[in-house]
Amino acid sequence: MKLTKLGRTAVVAAAGALLLSSCAANEPAAPAGSESSAPESTLSGDLAGAGASSMGAAQEAWIAGFQTANEAVNITYDPAGSGAGREQFIAGGVSFAGSDAYLDDEELAGTFGACVADTLPVDLPVYISPIAIIFNVEGVDSLNMDAATIAGIFSGEITNWNDEAIAAQNEGVELPDARITAVHRSDDSGTTENFTQYLAANAADAWTEGEFETWPAAYGGEGAQGTSGVVDAVTNGTNTIGYADASRAGDLGTVALQVGEEYVPFTAEAAAAAVDASPLVEGRHEGDIAVELDRTTTENGAYPLVLISYAIACTEYNDAAQAELVKAYLSYIASEEGQQAGADNAGSAPISDDLRAQIEASIEMIK
Amino acid sequence: MTTAVQPVAKQRLADVVFKTVSTTAGVLILIALAGVAIFLVAQAVPAIIGPLPGIDGGFFAWVWPLTFGTIWSAFLAMVMAVPVAVGIALFITHFAPRRLAQGLGYVVDLLAAIPSVIYGLWGITVLAPFMQPAYTWLTQNLGWLPLFAPPASGTGRTILTASIVLAVMVLPIITALCREIFLQTPRLNEEAALALGATRWEMIQMAVLPHGRSGIIASSILGLGRALGETMAVAMVLSSSGIISFALTAQQNPSTIAANIALRFPEAHGITVNMLIGSGLVLFAITLLVNGISRWIIARTTVKGGR
Repeated sequence: MKLTKLGRTAVVAAAGALLLSSCAANEPAAPAGSESSAPESTLSGDLAGAGASSMGAAQEAWIAGFQTANEAVNITYDPAGSGAGREQFIAGGVSFAGSDAYLDDEELAGTFGACVADTLPVDLPVYISPIAIIFNVEGVDSLNMDAATIAGIFSGEITNWNDEAIAAQNEGVELPDARITAVHRSDDSGTTENFTQYLAANAADAWTEGEFETWPAAYGGEGAQGTSGVVDAVTNGTNTIGYADASRAGDLGTVALQVGEEYVPFTAEAAAAAVDASPLVEGRHEGDIAVELDRTTTENGAYPLVLISYAIACTEYNDAAQAELVKAYLSYIASEEGQQAGADNAGSAPISDDLRAQIEASIEMIK
Repeated sequence: MTTAVQPVAKQRLADVVFKTVSTTAGVLILIALAGVAIFLVAQAVPAIIGPLPGIDGGFFAWVWPLTFGTIWSAFLAMVMAVPVAVGIALFITHFAPRRLAQGLGYVVDLLAAIPSVIYGLWGITVLAPFMQPAYTWLTQNLGWLPLFAPPASGTGRTILTASIVLAVMVLPIITALCREIFLQTPRLNEEAALALGATRWEMIQMAVLPHGRSGIIASSILGLGRALGETMAVAMVLSSSGIISFALTAQQNPSTIAANIALRFPEAHGITVNMLIGSGLVLFAITLLVNGISRWIIARTTVKGGR
């Protein structure tokens, strides 16, 4: 059949170009990326980045998309962790970094290996991902909870599923008389940091330990390694609850957060809305876009339990060729197409047009 | 090739070359060990002497629960692995038909070739869910024992599960060595025991086990070394937190040094890196200590049992 033949050609072309099959389905005729950039790219060379593992899957999609359009460019991204990424960037080992936290004042006071002396790098929030609270209770697909209830569960104060605090917010839902097993990350993680930041901001009374990366023993619960570990533990256990990157929630039940008067389930739009409703950190240098996430927002339809990951790049590179590559790559990441690729591959929330305009202005500064 | 005319000179050259090569190899291993020790000490010093933000009681108060967890999990693994390993080795050497023995020996050796990350995956996807109902039963019926203090873990990722995984991992090491040692029992001793009317089990008690005692200890220590240092499998399987507890089936379990480093190093920066390397130094010291003790035990028992 003609259709089959066409489809096969498209797939072969796509595989040859190292494209993901999803791109091939969208644009069977031409490789993705070739529309937005010049038909014949003049870019070439190697570009190395390292950092947050949260945006690792998105980086893979971005690299594939960018390299398809610019075949002479070779980009690598090592998802070694935010801290390791920032350290390598500061030492000059990589030309850009991915990080769940923006550069702090202490780091900005130092020097940066790849940047021209006395110029400051910029933080660009290119990756937004909602964090889902996932649970495995037979017969229940979604629950409503306010921050105080979630804090109670994860700090070991609320220990049974039919607790009054949960039942009151979920009328008509049959909750079992069973002990809650709360699963947290046993490794240090930006997901934990964002999760606890949300709880500390919204339920300070129930969540007394504040914001942290390493789970304190006093709060109990079970630890599991990495996002996969938590998802596995919740899936394989019974009456379990945990938190993980929303893209990994799968068929598990999820919690809708109380925001203002209503309960908001996680969606990409709700996560992007929460970022848009947040102000920028004050007193940052020109071009830098560090977002002061407003965890307590009451904005309609915003889901404030999100993780922002930044791309960190110099404004002035010692090496002009690297500057050109970084600029082109970051432009692609921030573009609608790049954000969509991230959403398809990593389940992230595409950034809003407003934020894109700001990021593009900052990318223009790179030289 | 002119030297080939003088065979004596040629042999000397080979002697010199061989001596140099083997000496270099010997010195290299010392340099490597010293290099590791120097690196650990240099990196650990800031954490050991300096104040640690957010940690009460300094470095040693922080590292003690990890040390406890390391030793406790390795101990549990050894309790399970050593009797089974000795049993397998005895079965292979003294009970099994020859053909079966060879096949079984091969299978046990295969266990050693499986990467630890595979054991970890097996632990979280198969063993933990499988053991969970048993843990619930244990806490309900034997909950008065501190070992099975309720409540039970809801996922089965307890220190007992981790120790079972560790036991399976160290089993092939101990079994392989014990098998070789039991095979070396003097034939005359065995036959003498049998001739005196001993049953096969009595013969093993009288001839094989005394002869192999130091070997069993030595192989156990090798297995213990692996159990102490195992990282990936424990990090994946264990639901860990920095507590000290003897409970085997609880939600919260003591972490081990190696697993803790693996879990926290990727996101560590600043003094935390020094703390983690400092804990590595402690593990290094424990391993040296364990090896030292085993040397001492072997030396003692060999003199006693030497005949």
